[in-house]
Amino acid sequence: MKKMTVTEKIAVNKYELDEGHPHIVVHEEACRAKCKNLACLLVCPARVYSEVNGKIMADWAACLECGACKAACPTDALDWVYPRGGFGIVYRNG
Amino acid sequence: MADEKFDAIIVGAGMAGNAAAYRLAKEGLQVVVIERGPYPGSKNLSGGVLYGRVLHQLIPEYWKEAPVERFITNEVVTFLTGDASFNIDFKTQDFGKPPFNGFTVLRGKFDRWFAEKAEAAGAMLVPGIRVDKVLIEGGRVVGIAAGDEEIWADVVIAADGANSFLAQEAGLRERIPASQMALGVKELIGLPRQVIEDRFHLTGNEGAAHSIVGCVSGGVTGGGFLYTNLDSLSIGLVMNLDELVQNQLQPPEILEEFMGHPLIAPLVKDGTLLEYGAHLVVEGGIEMMPRLYMDGMLVAGDAAGFSINNGFVVRGMDLAIGSGIAAAETVIEAKSKNDFSAQGLSAYPQKLEASYVMADMHTYAQAAGFLKNRRLYKAYPEMITKLMRQIYRQDAQPKKHLMQELLKSLKDSRISLFDLVKDGYKGGRTL
Repeated sequence: MKKMTVTEKIAVNKYELDEGHPHIVVHEEACRAKCKNLACLLVCPARVYSEVNGKIMADWAACLECGACKAACPTDALDWVYPRGGFGIVYRNG
Repeated sequence: MADEKFDAIIVGAGMAGNAAAYRLAKEGLQVVVIERGPYPGSKNLSGGVLYGRVLHQLIPEYWKEAPVERFITNEVVTFLTGDASFNIDFKTQDFGKPPFNGFTVLRGKFDRWFAEKAEAAGAMLVPGIRVDKVLIEGGRVVGIAAGDEEIWADVVIAADGANSFLAQEAGLRERIPASQMALGVKELIGLPRQVIEDRFHLTGNEGAAHSIVGCVSGGVTGGGFLYTNLDSLSIGLVMNLDELVQNQLQPPEILEEFMGHPLIAPLVKDGTLLEYGAHLVVEGGIEMMPRLYMDGMLVAGDAAGFSINNGFVVRGMDLAIGSGIAAAETVIEAKSKNDFSAQGLSAYPQKLEASYVMADMHTYAQAAGFLKNRRLYKAYPEMITKLMRQIYRQDAQPKKHLMQELLKSLKDSRISLFDLVKDGYKGGRTL
């Protein structure tokens, strides 16, 4: 099989984008003050998180809603809820 | 909707929620199922093999109408090293006869069917609504809130999946530590039916289920899976979440390595990616289970931590259905006594204990601990493949007896005889 990037894989999926309603908010203070392992950057299978100028950004639109980031976050800095009803990832197969 | 009061509100139209809804509706109770996805199954992901005998009890001969993929007649466990593999390969035609041992299913299709069955039985299905919280009055759950709407019921069944925010919020469980969770990542790979049947030696709708242990999980506790659907393969990895972080590993990279492994790549060759998904698995076993009930509320399925992985099979869906049925039967009894207090719902754990659900949770209670043994992922796959290589290798050198080769391969892989006996004994007692 041809190798694909995570972005290419995500592009195959179906999403209902809830524009203007992010379901992930990173609390910068808690995040910056105590985090040593940057767990969210590692575990997210959709590579939602990135570090820009020392700040963690969440590209929440690509989220697969697994919850791994929230479970692994050592500082409880992620305000992570499911997207509003009907929005987010839509598994056609699952 | 706001003025109505239901007998039961079920949160989540997955295996547990649908089973509970179907059972309750059949009994004539007023039940509403609230699902956050645009349709049932749209948020659900499984490996996934459904060991469906329990569903056959609920909906006899379900396979005749449900969108199942293939019935599994071939179960394979593979020990994989960088360049060799050793398989335990079991095939039986017995599993190909009704009521069938297990089917591969795709939840986006299957759960939709299951929810329609519950609807046809009289349940009300409300998709596209996210339940924000449970309503608690005087320590008792009396309904749910979704946005501005409130819905009231005698009892709420939380079947909202592995993350179960409702059980946490109601105080039934703590946040689960990452060490007790595993992350599953899966690709659905499209291939023509005929290619799948030829590649996996299948006839008609027969299917194969592979679990793969060894170098595949980047050294963390976990393993790979590969299941045949009608015209696609479900392939992926399940990896301990905490160990991923400790070892600074990224799931997409480990998945790429796994699928590019010289012994795995030919199985997915020329396939097309149809979908990429991820899901959490609660692996903590009995110790990580929440309190299962309180005044006005029950927890079922993944939300209650019902999952079993013993290295051979990974189960969750059958336990979810079993717990959904037990929850429904508890509610039916509570309704007849009009007592939805914790006391009135206390039959729930008893019903679970009396069924295979908790019996199997007890039987495999130590399995997760056993599977954390590092030797399973490196030393044993190396040992067995070295031994097999020696058995088959003909290099114009004098051969040695099996026992000598076995002892040598153990020594080479740094496994002591004591380790072997201990692991064999423990494995036999925990798996």
